[in-house]
Amino acid sequence: MDIHEYQAKELLARHGVHVPRGGLAYSPEQATYRAREIGGAKWVLKAQVHSGARGKAGGIKLCSNDEEISNAAEAMLGRKLVTQQTGPRGKLISRLYLEEAVDIAQELYLGFVLDRKEERVMIVASAAGGMEIEEISERKPDSIIRATVDPGVGMQGFQAREIAFGLGLESNLIGKATETILGCYQVFRDYDASMLEINPLVVTRDGSLVALDAKMSFDENALFRRPEISELRDKSQEDPRETFASDRGLSYVGLDGNIGCIINGAGLAMATMDMIKIAGGEPANFLDIGGGASPERVAKSFRAVLGDKNVETILVNIFAGINRCDWVAEGVIKAIREVGVDVPLVVRLSGTKVEEGRKILADSGEAVIVADTLAEAAEKAVAAWREAAKNKKAA
Amino acid sequence: MAILLNRSTRVIVQGFTGKIGSFHADDMKRYGTKLVGGVTPGKGGQTHLGLPVFNTVKGAVRETRAEASIVFVPPPFAADSIMEAADAGIKLCVCITDGIPSQDMMQVKRYMRRYRFEDRMRLVGPNCAGVITPGQALMGIMPGSIYLPGRVGIVGRSGTLGYEAASQMKALGIGVSTSVGIGGDPINGSSFKDILQLFERDDDTDAVVMIGEIGGPQEAEAAIWARDNMRKPLIAYIAGLSAPKGRRMGHAGAIISAFGESAQEKVEILKEAGVVIVPTPASFGEVVADTLARTKKAA
Repeated sequence: MDIHEYQAKELLARHGVHVPRGGLAYSPEQATYRAREIGGAKWVLKAQVHSGARGKAGGIKLCSNDEEISNAAEAMLGRKLVTQQTGPRGKLISRLYLEEAVDIAQELYLGFVLDRKEERVMIVASAAGGMEIEEISERKPDSIIRATVDPGVGMQGFQAREIAFGLGLESNLIGKATETILGCYQVFRDYDASMLEINPLVVTRDGSLVALDAKMSFDENALFRRPEISELRDKSQEDPRETFASDRGLSYVGLDGNIGCIINGAGLAMATMDMIKIAGGEPANFLDIGGGASPERVAKSFRAVLGDKNVETILVNIFAGINRCDWVAEGVIKAIREVGVDVPLVVRLSGTKVEEGRKILADSGEAVIVADTLAEAAEKAVAAWREAAKNKKAA
Repeated sequence: MAILLNRSTRVIVQGFTGKIGSFHADDMKRYGTKLVGGVTPGKGGQTHLGLPVFNTVKGAVRETRAEASIVFVPPPFAADSIMEAADAGIKLCVCITDGIPSQDMMQVKRYMRRYRFEDRMRLVGPNCAGVITPGQALMGIMPGSIYLPGRVGIVGRSGTLGYEAASQMKALGIGVSTSVGIGGDPINGSSFKDILQLFERDDDTDAVVMIGEIGGPQEAEAAIWARDNMRKPLIAYIAGLSAPKGRRMGHAGAIISAFGESAQEKVEILKEAGVVIVPTPASFGEVVADTLARTKKAA
């Protein structure tokens, strides 16, 4: 789960990380009023969307008077910001953050992330922060400072000091940098973050160290013990199809194809999507109904998939272990009768209680295209989709 | 004896009396697993499914001489249960629980290293389908009927995709020595390489099917190990070739992710290491049959 820059900065500020003075605004009037509160002569207006690379996309504006702030706010609010990280659909700007402008002497990079290889929290830092950090890490990988934290004892002071000295900071900034790095680690650990990035961390002309931007993502498996993080969720930043599904406990990722998928298990879901592509179709989504799915849950999956208006055929592929094919079949029939499925439907059932499941489908009298194997299911789904598309054109 | 599990392995269930634990314990017992008891704190002294319930894993090990434990404990408490098993001298722990926080798993992995290598518990999972040695014993949630006993090992992240492979093999009369689900979480107990090492040493396994996915370094690591150490044929499928590039926040992930994490890159690395590639998820059966036939001819 991602949060906004201003939310991340609030968390960090509580743990000894310096951030510029700033305030939130939902309207141009609030933005200009914030400028008065903050004081100074120059401000930066920043679109609050769950993405990096906002500057290049027009989501960050330097302003020096009320008119500029008001115009920039007017131009941003209600618009969708498309960055290199959002995908072509972009993300809605409904909140702005106004900050005092900072006089930058040097830009550094500081990131915390879960390293799957080391199975530890890894800190990555670079004396060359800013927008080209990925290129630098590819071109000069040795220039990136890395350290991992022993989960038994947590991050140690010397590790933070080594990073601070490694960044080449002046000796009067080492103490502050150490405090900043340890503060970030504390926030990362205490709130079960999965990613924390400060890019850039800047040295200002008057010799202080400030987090100019902050991004954080959190481990969704740990939200049960982090209600204060759950509160920060902003559904306007999510794909509405995914929000609908996740509110119903389904794991769903929206894609751009026409064949809706309802599958159990992430691996089988990905494999089925691969198979649809091989058969000449395009999947509309990834959807894992999980284990022990009741007929109600299966019917909900149909609602999630049919919520996408691009869906022209549905493929259900269930290999039941912890699941039961008879429940899935009941769910399919329930969906047809209660949700209304007006597109071709291909169902492949295998595993636990498969005979019972197939019988329920056969006895229902509903128009379900049945397949026995994965290959057959994908081929039949693509054939049905082509047929439906042809008929749609003819009509 | 195949790997990890056979008909004489003494197994306990953690989270024994819960709904999910009870359902699968019963299923495992029917399959032939030597279930000797279970653990549910506060219910010690009771009998459940005809077996003794204990308050602690140590108590269960003392009374039943259990060597293996399967965990069905809910996510907030699962890490604690795994560490309890490690401390009680359990040799193999299979954790089915899905949804354990990453930081909990980091602590579990760190904790397990307190023990000398010879005394260290082997963890399989979490978020996995478990382990089955067909015809002998089941420690997991897979439908036993789709596996034919035989001489091909299976190791995979995904449970249901593993079922797909096993059932395609069964349709062609090819059986399985042991199938191991290592789970889909970013931090897991046993890696692909760990399980390949066991299959390579196992006299009852002739070839191994490895089922990987996009993300993480373990498939590439296994490929390199297999190239340098494995004499048995290794056959691999990687799911997610059609997966779109993920949306993301920030740069930190990209900075630490090495070459070899996308499905395409993984397939390339495996090919270069001499691994036989299963091109589509519908061709597990054929590719395994072909590979076995070619190996036989060569021998």
